[in-house]
Amino acid sequence: MTLWEKMKASPVLGGKEGVIGLAVLAAIIFVVLPLGVDIFRLNLIGKYLTYAFVAVGLVMLWGHGGILSLGQGIFFGLGGYAMAMFLKLEASDPLSTKIQSTPGIPDFMDWNQLTALPWFWEPFKSLPFTIFAVLTIPALFAYIIGYAMFKRRVGGVYFSIITQAIALILSILIVGQQGYTGGVNGMTDLRTMLGWDIRTDSAKYILYFVNGLLLFGAIFLSKYIMSSKFGMLLLAMRDKEERVRFSGYDVSNFKIFIFCLAAMMSAVGGAMFTLQVGFMSPSFVGIVPSIEMVIFCAVGGRASLIGAVYGTLLVNYGKTVFSETYPEMWLFLMGGLFISVVMFFPSGLAGIWDKYATKYGWFKDKAEPVKKPEVSIAEGEAQAVLTETTPETTLAAKTNDAVIKKATRKKAAPKQTEPAPAIDSNKMRGAEA
Amino acid sequence: MFGYSMADIGNIVVMQGFSGLSMFTVLLLMALGLAIIFGQMGVINMAHGEFMTIGAYTTVLISKVAASYGFTNYYFVFAIAIAFLLAFAVGYFIEFIMIRHLYKRPLDTLLATWGLSLVMQQIFRSSFGAKEVSAELPEWMLGSFKPTPDIDIPINGVFVMVLAALVTFGVYMFMYKSRWGLRVRATVQNRTMAGAVGINTAKVDRVTFALGCGIAGIAGAAFTTIASTGPTTGTLYIVDSFMVVVFGGAASIVGTIASAFGIAQAQSILQFFMTSSMGKVSTLLVIVTILMMKPEGLFASKLRK
Repeated sequence: MTLWEKMKASPVLGGKEGVIGLAVLAAIIFVVLPLGVDIFRLNLIGKYLTYAFVAVGLVMLWGHGGILSLGQGIFFGLGGYAMAMFLKLEASDPLSTKIQSTPGIPDFMDWNQLTALPWFWEPFKSLPFTIFAVLTIPALFAYIIGYAMFKRRVGGVYFSIITQAIALILSILIVGQQGYTGGVNGMTDLRTMLGWDIRTDSAKYILYFVNGLLLFGAIFLSKYIMSSKFGMLLLAMRDKEERVRFSGYDVSNFKIFIFCLAAMMSAVGGAMFTLQVGFMSPSFVGIVPSIEMVIFCAVGGRASLIGAVYGTLLVNYGKTVFSETYPEMWLFLMGGLFISVVMFFPSGLAGIWDKYATKYGWFKDKAEPVKKPEVSIAEGEAQAVLTETTPETTLAAKTNDAVIKKATRKKAAPKQTEPAPAIDSNKMRGAEA
Repeated sequence: MFGYSMADIGNIVVMQGFSGLSMFTVLLLMALGLAIIFGQMGVINMAHGEFMTIGAYTTVLISKVAASYGFTNYYFVFAIAIAFLLAFAVGYFIEFIMIRHLYKRPLDTLLATWGLSLVMQQIFRSSFGAKEVSAELPEWMLGSFKPTPDIDIPINGVFVMVLAALVTFGVYMFMYKSRWGLRVRATVQNRTMAGAVGINTAKVDRVTFALGCGIAGIAGAAFTTIASTGPTTGTLYIVDSFMVVVFGGAASIVGTIASAFGIAQAQSILQFFMTSSMGKVSTLLVIVTILMMKPEGLFASKLRK
């Protein structure tokens, strides 16, 4: 087999369509954009791509797992702050802070009358610890939240509301504890990483590429997970949690795992954000950024990993353009985007693409069909609650047959618009509570 | 404790407790509306705060009109009624064009109503400006009375409390003693059967949602007596109100009252002893911790899972 055939046959990459999709995205990120735009814009795009980590995590968590976390900003922020703490300590060596009353501590601590470095800042003097912290602290935090909630079968909207409250708590805490965190301004004036100036153009190029590679790493990891048995279980859990539980699986452990993984990805995104943008502030932690990250994912298509990247780029590009030219229009547009994506395009850009790609038969695999767990969903979530028929989405997940997929979609679509089909709200509440 | 004498602490608790009561009333009114929309219908209305803002701006506008015609002393009653009606009407309309298509996707209502709240905030900003505005309060509402020399109780606080008590009573009567309430509860419990016995469930949904929004409008009117209104006023209360509803047990009115009281008082008293942000953080933290241990809330109806 040639490499091309191997790639096509790989269930991880998702067949010919998957390979081409990844290749196009790679070409855009690594070739077209670096050649096409100047370093200022490229740095901006790099910043957007750090949000894409969160969006990719959300695709797994929300699109495939059916768990909507409104607190991904928490993990993005934790990762970003961990990196910022390291950079800030390096930027405030005794020599460059000698005008302070206590040299050698970050400037905002000096302004807040702190005279010594707080104990939890100490370990962030080392880069290996910082990287370790970026990867583990958010995941650990997610584990605690996930363990407390999923083990008690808190799910659905309750999970969303509580994660949102935690995001609020963390952002108030960061703003309130100025002496330890830099308060509302965050940690600014970050300069070097192990003596390497991150503000130069060459550093920005390097960081952009590192960021892109890490993002692809995250996408490949997600693809691998999706194509495994665990990915199947995740879909099954989303559509019929009770059935999976009755089949003998411990649903909560799977949920905790996927939540931790999404948290870890967000944290890597946050750390890369700090490196590329050169500061970190609480405005990337709270409720608003967390929910905006959900919309990046929703615009791209909540079940599509690559779609999430495009969604992130598109929404942020729109945000930048509109807030530069018509700042007043932006909120209308953003609000309209939320409403229209949810009401008219529940599977986002990926859904639109899928529709036309299937319609005109682009990228159809003529050779051996491969397993392809990515189902266009959005109907899935609706179905999970309202129908008592066969789990069509899981069926569709197991076959690559576009015809069945199409039929499923057709069958599912009118059900949504029907007024009040059989719905047992007690059961619904029971499943959620 | 903190260098205060016992008598001081007593006075602080009474006065902070009272300022907590004003917050309690706003939270309670917000949460009552949400308890109907979220607790009964299962819709996450993230734009609930903006319905409150509608009520607040309505009251401010009416107070300006009233001030120019010289009947400032009586306008408030009309303001409450109009705030309710306006928020009700907007809620009715929103249910019709948006919410009713999303009943089966609770997580999606959350996103859609968040979008709605962004749009509404921008509408407020475009039409009333970004600056905060405040209502001209009637004279009888200003001032305070002093049961002892050290304790100062503002009259507007007493007024909104009476208002909240009346609305709570009204909601209770509506939900549990009226024909409409019966229909609402029937629809929530078993939609198909309710439809089969001749209840127009679509209409019940619409009125229920609109009613919840209308109560948020009243909350807005009450809000103008204790603070000034800006385009993003609603967002300050939305998370708190959701916490109140979830904490109290989604479908229980008693639970909503108790948890609104607890949350508002805890925040108000803690804010005096710590900084304002730490007071809020510790309150929310305690609630989240309790919710993690007891996810169904304090006063949840006993449901077998």
